[in-house]
Amino acid sequence: METLKQGTAEIDLAVQSVRELNAELHAPNAQRYVVRHPRGAHAVAAGVNAPLEVQIDGDVGYYCAGMNQEGLITVEGSAGPGVAENMMSGVVRIRGNASQSAGASSHGGLLIIEGNVSTRCGISLKGGDIVVGGNMGAMGAFMAQAGRIVVCGDAGDGLGDSIYEADIYVRGTVGTLGADCIKKDMGPAHRKALRDLLAQADMAPQAEKQDYLDGFSRYGSARKLYHFTHEHARSY
Amino acid sequence: MRSPEDRGLRESATFDRAAIAAIQAAATTGVYDIRGWGAKRRVPHFDDLLFLGSSMSRYPLEGYRERCDSDVVLGDFHGAEPIHVQVPVTIAGMSFGALSAQAKEALGRGASEVGTATTTGDGGMTEEERGHSDKLVYQLLPSRYGMNPDHLRAADALEIVLGQGAKPGGGGMLLGQKLSDRVADMRTLPAGIDQRSACRHPDWTGPDDLTIKIHELREITDWKKPIFVKIGASRPYYDVKLAVAAGADVVVLDGMQGGTAATQEVFIEHVGIPILAALPEAVQALQELGLHRKVQLIASGGIRHGADVAKALAMGADAVSIGTAALIALGDNDPKYAKEYDELGSAAGYYDDFQDGRDPAGITTQDPRLAARLDPVEAGQRLANYLRVLTLEAQTLARACGKSHLLSLEPEDLVSLTVEAAAMSRIPLAGTTWVPGAGTRDSD
Repeated sequence: METLKQGTAEIDLAVQSVRELNAELHAPNAQRYVVRHPRGAHAVAAGVNAPLEVQIDGDVGYYCAGMNQEGLITVEGSAGPGVAENMMSGVVRIRGNASQSAGASSHGGLLIIEGNVSTRCGISLKGGDIVVGGNMGAMGAFMAQAGRIVVCGDAGDGLGDSIYEADIYVRGTVGTLGADCIKKDMGPAHRKALRDLLAQADMAPQAEKQDYLDGFSRYGSARKLYHFTHEHARSY
Repeated sequence: MRSPEDRGLRESATFDRAAIAAIQAAATTGVYDIRGWGAKRRVPHFDDLLFLGSSMSRYPLEGYRERCDSDVVLGDFHGAEPIHVQVPVTIAGMSFGALSAQAKEALGRGASEVGTATTTGDGGMTEEERGHSDKLVYQLLPSRYGMNPDHLRAADALEIVLGQGAKPGGGGMLLGQKLSDRVADMRTLPAGIDQRSACRHPDWTGPDDLTIKIHELREITDWKKPIFVKIGASRPYYDVKLAVAAGADVVVLDGMQGGTAATQEVFIEHVGIPILAALPEAVQALQELGLHRKVQLIASGGIRHGADVAKALAMGADAVSIGTAALIALGDNDPKYAKEYDELGSAAGYYDDFQDGRDPAGITTQDPRLAARLDPVEAGQRLANYLRVLTLEAQTLARACGKSHLLSLEPEDLVSLTVEAAAMSRIPLAGTTWVPGAGTRDSD
């Protein structure tokens, strides 16, 4: 580990292992880290448990920032499956695209994907927020329980299938809606929540444009599948 | 009044009273039956095996004088900090939600008193459970209800649940009457809804992914926690090999007799295979990998007494796990509640409506009035007593086979009573050297 300046350290994954990186992040000696040459490694910056700033210079594999707590993690590239899975708090930003199951089961924090995201984004979401700058693949927000997902582009088929109390905001088109997911009214509180989320994602210029916000639709649960009956045999 | 049989009436073997009642219920309600417990049908089981004991060719240990150790180390294969249990019987994963907080506390108390481990369940870790469990295995389930990295780090081992014996391929279920405010809050769900959780994990889809998932969990916990992988018994030969290849330290194998808090009756009775058939497949897989007794194997599903424990170990398990039996030890199906079971349309010894949340014994309920009936201290003591009896019984049988440690039991100590059991267990039929079907797998 090389100290760049006071409070900042550099870890080169071409030289050091992911184990060494994560051990350092779990018992940090600096406030800010720069990770060089990630080269698609898995579990990069997994299990961060402090308000560290981690900049990853390149693409990462599976489970980057997994179960993040408080960490401010930026990937200057694209991310593989399960980025920020089960995040509890903090902010994870992906400058490029993200693969499937992004933000799966996140309980808190904010995941920002500036590019596109693949299938099952926000699956089983439990309170975390996700902002997608581009498009989202199929089965987004599958079984999402709580939290919010903002999609500035289009959303694929099966959006919000079996959704519980999560909110989805989509500006573009939606392929199809999943079981029990419906389009809902966009009230003042929802509009404010959307604006605030965009602002938190550093999209303040768009957030302040009323016509930009006007382009979004809100989706959520019809709550018709909350109690199982024989009527549901044709619902799934 | 004379019984139907006394009057010369003949009951159909195919359409017996249970089958007729099920058809009538389906026709009335339009919904399939959901219940707890495990498979109730008769399947080949450990009852179909016998120990041979010692004679001229085997030398026994003195029953009340010579040691027969029972401790087992679980989870040391990949260098994690293992769990060292003093008896080879752990408590299976059962959720707070399915069980009352008092029941979870009692399980922790009982297990801790005899030096063994208990396991969380679908819905997260409670303070009562962690506080009263010296050794606690934390489950990572498809739903991820209550999953929390702080709890990962607070656990003594992690168990990735791929399935359970009562419902291989099925997800968890908790009906609205048990989704109390506290349970709902832990699971991030609206109170009172019928919770039907996922059967697939949200962020991995196959054995290659699981390898990476296990790597992530090890990274998050700094490689300190053993990783268990639990599978429902269906294709154990392949599943065990894949679980080990993915990095499991321990494989938990749950047969179809394993219990559930709530699952469709049709699922419980018609999916999966008995632990007697599954165990040899799992052992063979480990032996072929050269990892038998290195990656530990925990067998569950229908363990009732020390003979079941000893037979499972003799067949190659390193430990067993109990769920249904543990609940019975706490007080489930206690005859003292016979009148209340009758009022619920059941009977003591038959009660399996764990999904209803009206358990008179205060175990499978979230009703504060009912849950208060279970004294965690007394119930924990009952469980500890039972665990001791299981161990003493297993030791008695092991000494008779000349073994100074329960893990020294071996297949040669056993014979099968039936052709089916011999074929499934690969233990020769008593009085013969015949194992029907031996060598049918390519790798045999």
